[in-house]
Amino acid sequence: MIYLDNAATSWPKPPPVLKAMTDVLESAGGNPGRSGHRLSIAAARVMYDTREDIARFFHAPDPMHVIFTGNATQAINIALRGLLKPGDSVITSSMEHNAVMRPLRSLEKRGILVKVIPAARDGSLKVEDMSGAISPGTRLVVINHASNVAGTLLPVSEVSAIARRANALLLVDAAQTAGVIPIDMQAMGIDLLAFTGHKGLQGPPGTGGLVIGSGVDVSRIEPLMYGGTGSQSELEEQPPFLPDKFESGTPNISGIAGLRAALGWLTDRGVESVRAREKELTRALIDGLSGLPGVSVYGPLDPERSVAIVSITIKGRQNSEVGLRLDEEHGILSRVGLHCAPAAHKTIGSFPEGTVRFAPGVFTTIADIHTVIKAVGEVIRSWKATG
Amino acid sequence: MESYGVILFHTTSSVMCAEKALAGEGCVVKLIPTPREFSSDCGIALRFDWDEYEKVTSLVAAAQLEINAIHRM
Repeated sequence: MIYLDNAATSWPKPPPVLKAMTDVLESAGGNPGRSGHRLSIAAARVMYDTREDIARFFHAPDPMHVIFTGNATQAINIALRGLLKPGDSVITSSMEHNAVMRPLRSLEKRGILVKVIPAARDGSLKVEDMSGAISPGTRLVVINHASNVAGTLLPVSEVSAIARRANALLLVDAAQTAGVIPIDMQAMGIDLLAFTGHKGLQGPPGTGGLVIGSGVDVSRIEPLMYGGTGSQSELEEQPPFLPDKFESGTPNISGIAGLRAALGWLTDRGVESVRAREKELTRALIDGLSGLPGVSVYGPLDPERSVAIVSITIKGRQNSEVGLRLDEEHGILSRVGLHCAPAAHKTIGSFPEGTVRFAPGVFTTIADIHTVIKAVGEVIRSWKATG
Repeated sequence: MESYGVILFHTTSSVMCAEKALAGEGCVVKLIPTPREFSSDCGIALRFDWDEYEKVTSLVAAAQLEINAIHRM
């Protein structure tokens, strides 16, 4: 079996991740920060150590600014729904996932002005277009770091400079880049970073977070969830300080322990070396698939300008059928359809049919890529034969 | 008789951060359930040797952690 759906969730997970998840339930199974006994304290230590590791990984100003969530979607919702008020204006790109688009469309109904800047057909965004749309009323700019459909990287640092000039904050959806592209929040000028643990970071599903930059006035962000935090228990009001303000309810301690082990594993390997390898795999995938009859490859066709995501369509063939045959006849797992990103598919010209998406990961080999190219070729040929 | 101090923080994350910073500098600290007579603010408090008061408080300040209260016990 060849797993090429790492953009949906990475698989397999590094063995230390699985071990850390069971270990923590055995040895630190208390509820972190709730009780004062040894198991609760042990769990709180795991959580705090992970906070520190995440802060270091993304160059965050302070571990307390790391808010754990269940996924990137929840982190994006905290930022968008917590920050934007009626009358505010928000700018985004036409390459966004529904994790951004759906909260924005919902906010639009509550009087928030949403401006969507069209990207080019290869998914790239002209900074001038973004710049022209920003006005003094712009409260926030939200963009993905890389598209989950075409892999295209967006110019985060340049957009940050524009947002800064207009006094707007920048929220970056790093679901497809955390762990595969080095991210330095401070150097890149990212005010709010939403990440997920279960993709490039190699951690378990159900982990993620929002990292808040030092320039953000936290008192202006309303929590998405209210509830118990283990702090200020005498009060019926939500605590105002980080991270508790945004972390009500019992956290996913086994997931967080797994995420910490994943970060350790990834740091040993080096994000730069993961990136270098993925560029090689992406290059081979683009070159091989482009050479097949009837295949259209989407995106920038340049691994320097994308992450390891390659979307294709085959002339006259249904994506779902291609995906099914690759799975059943060749043991190749891809993802077909719209990838929860209708706006991005409209931008690249593949709406409403969608694409067949191949997303190699850290365990994919170059031999795997050659097998996949051969298999897609066979699927096309056999189709022609059967007619 | 030994005398201890107890530092209360707003959030568990600060307690964990303080424990690491202090233990790293050789201070003898222990995390304990917050004594009810002091506060119910955060479930866990940091106990230290009162003799190390100066060192402990300056290290906590250096770590930029906000202290809720310090009590002697």
